[in-house]
Amino acid sequence: MSTVNEHKSGLKLELSGISKSFPGVKVLSGVNLTFYPGKVNALMGENGAGKSTLLKILTGIYSDYEGQIFMDDKAVTFTSLKDAKLAGIAMIHQELSLITQLTVSENLFLGQEINDAWSLPNKKKMGEVAQALLDKLGLKFSVDTLVSQLSVGEQQMLEIARVLLTDARIILMDEPTSALSDKEILRLHEVIRQLTIEGKTIVYISHKMDELFRIADNYVVLRDGVVTGQGKMTEISEEALIRMMVGRDIVVNKKINSSAQSQSALIVNNLFMAHPTIKGKLRLDHINLEVKKGEIVGIFGLMGAGRSELLHCIFGAYKSSASIAINGKSVVIKSPREAIANGLAFVTEDRKEEGLVLDLPLTSNINLTKSDGSWVVNEAKELALSNDFIQKLGIKTPSAQQLCKNLSGGNQQKVVLSKWLATEPDVLMLDEPTRGIDLNAKNDIYELIKSLADSGMSILMASSEIPELLAICDRILVMSEGKITASFSADEANEDKLLKAAI
Amino acid sequence: MKKETLKKFQSLLALLILCVLISILTDKFLSASNLWNVLRQISVNVCISVGMTLVVLMAGIDLSVGSILAFTSAVCAGLLTQGIAFESMDLYIGFTWVGAIVVALIAGLLLGLFNGFVITKFDIPPFVATLAMLTMARGATMLYTGGIPIANLGEKFERLGSGWLLGIPIPVWITLTVVGAGIFLSRKTNFGKYVYAIGGNEKAAFLSGINTKFVKLMVYGISGITAAIGGVLVTARLNSAQPNAGTSYELDAIAAVVIGGTSLSGGVGTITGTVIGAAIIGVLNNGLVLLNVSPFWQQVIKGLVILLAVIIDKKSKK
Repeated sequence: MSTVNEHKSGLKLELSGISKSFPGVKVLSGVNLTFYPGKVNALMGENGAGKSTLLKILTGIYSDYEGQIFMDDKAVTFTSLKDAKLAGIAMIHQELSLITQLTVSENLFLGQEINDAWSLPNKKKMGEVAQALLDKLGLKFSVDTLVSQLSVGEQQMLEIARVLLTDARIILMDEPTSALSDKEILRLHEVIRQLTIEGKTIVYISHKMDELFRIADNYVVLRDGVVTGQGKMTEISEEALIRMMVGRDIVVNKKINSSAQSQSALIVNNLFMAHPTIKGKLRLDHINLEVKKGEIVGIFGLMGAGRSELLHCIFGAYKSSASIAINGKSVVIKSPREAIANGLAFVTEDRKEEGLVLDLPLTSNINLTKSDGSWVVNEAKELALSNDFIQKLGIKTPSAQQLCKNLSGGNQQKVVLSKWLATEPDVLMLDEPTRGIDLNAKNDIYELIKSLADSGMSILMASSEIPELLAICDRILVMSEGKITASFSADEANEDKLLKAAI
Repeated sequence: MKKETLKKFQSLLALLILCVLISILTDKFLSASNLWNVLRQISVNVCISVGMTLVVLMAGIDLSVGSILAFTSAVCAGLLTQGIAFESMDLYIGFTWVGAIVVALIAGLLLGLFNGFVITKFDIPPFVATLAMLTMARGATMLYTGGIPIANLGEKFERLGSGWLLGIPIPVWITLTVVGAGIFLSRKTNFGKYVYAIGGNEKAAFLSGINTKFVKLMVYGISGITAAIGGVLVTARLNSAQPNAGTSYELDAIAAVVIGGTSLSGGVGTITGTVIGAAIIGVLNNGLVLLNVSPFWQQVIKGLVILLAVIIDKKSKK
């Protein structure tokens, strides 16, 4: 059993000629790369580049590959998750794997409890070790807190703490900041720095360029299963990295001509939402906003600012009080059903949780929002609509009958967009529309949003990514702790101003 | 592609293998009279299971179908023999067999809707809500019958259970109609699509503007109706209503649904699968009886088959 005081330094991890095929496709071919100890090694690549396959090989999930893995120049083979773990490789997953009804300490020691002389759990000892670990990571919550009471960011930090408790010498982090606020990201990066000083090998996977330039020492880029570049972060530019990833320059054209017209499409006044758990507190406090016809309005805010809740309230999915007018007509919206009937559409943030029925085919998902009141399904019509969207949005799928769970993230997101565009809305609300999808798909979605606005649709879009808001919005609202704290026009807005208003 | 097709016909294949196996072990199995007998025996379970499939597809469960079957059976028989009497007013209402059946089906619908109402209005887990109905409907049956069977329901009604039409037993016709309606509802209507969507991802379904509560309510109502159809079939076959009829039928129905490949967590499955599942249970029951296996062993074997089916299903999905 390790304690916090023992440190094992990292190992050099070298992959030589790694290839891996699935029936019909070669996912990795001849991958040679090195991850160095004491460094943050960025692993980059678009969805489908082979990153996840590589991770599965490194963590022992796939053992039937060609080529060799060396740890500190010694050849190793992993045939199971346990093998890799024993060798000192630990992975922090994108999805949280904590048990929310147990305490921090219980989660940390789950499956690796410290026992006393009677073989009973030694709670005191575990509490002490856990506390020391939390102190080291600068985490302020108590070891006896229930995990369900922690914020998502704190839970993510706890996941990392759990890995540190084992003898991990090589730590793989898959998009560790996707659920963190900027403040929490800074905190995480401090911890990562500390780990590299201790000599650990960090492999850091992320889509976020600014973050990688801040934290990473080295980079490895994968494209279509091949390493297209590796080296030092200080010796490469963002453009060059992007080119290695996608094979062409990606430029988000800043929206120049606003298509906003003078009539207002959506007006929300005096929106209040009670806090779901704390009595007497407001989750959303006195929100007023307006979106004009053809206008793209962004909502920026850190995690927990209430962006997502606001969109859910406008859409009638959460209970709130507000006076809402659409196209100048005052409306009452008590359910998503009524929202759709009034010309609203809502592309939700979490595709798997709220967006798609993954076990249903693409066509069923696209047509789910279309309630034309008919009793019998018109299959020909549904299929025609689906094929229309597959073509228009460039959804990569063998057919409209493909189950959504078999599509990539970017294509799933396009299906969600299709299902809402199918309702021909006046106002399209989007919540983190490009989260967790690759650059090409992101750009497709930006272009789509811009062209929809040009055609007269009004867009209300919540995002935590400042560059994308700056690139496509006519106006940006900033939220903090359930209130709108600022509003900037496209010309006024910049990163500093947005961040200042958000904190 | 080949693997996919194999998966699709997996349970059908299991049924065929079972039939072949039993017909090798005994020559009594493959006679026309025995096969009709099997069909007649499974017809009740198939009816109930059609409703149960819709419930399970929606990630729900309905434990009350056996009791609803008994209650509607008693109502049907009671109305046929005694009608409704208001002694103080010296008023007596008699029922034809059609009238009695219609009232029985409405009774089943109402009990099912009550399940759905409790589940959607008070956010009670379906397991608990329908468990309560299991007890209540059984109690109501006892109250109505006084614990005594109601017999002698007349020739016309009896024909429903034992008669033939165009060379096929009437209960089988009724069951085929129920199955056909179930398949149509689940595959060809928007309502059916919503059932799959709610079972697959209720949040997404709700946010897509589907009235999830209404769909749930109706599905429990439908389960009540199919249980009532089962009740009418049982009554007609025995030409009497037994107060303890349908005991543990809910378990047979759930077994048929599960063997047929429907996921208890909802969203995945078909009514055709369920029908095959019910046939597997029916053929197994019949075979074990023909082979003179003791009733105690029959239960053990049936349990093992359910386990096996679910394990194979789980493996093949990986």
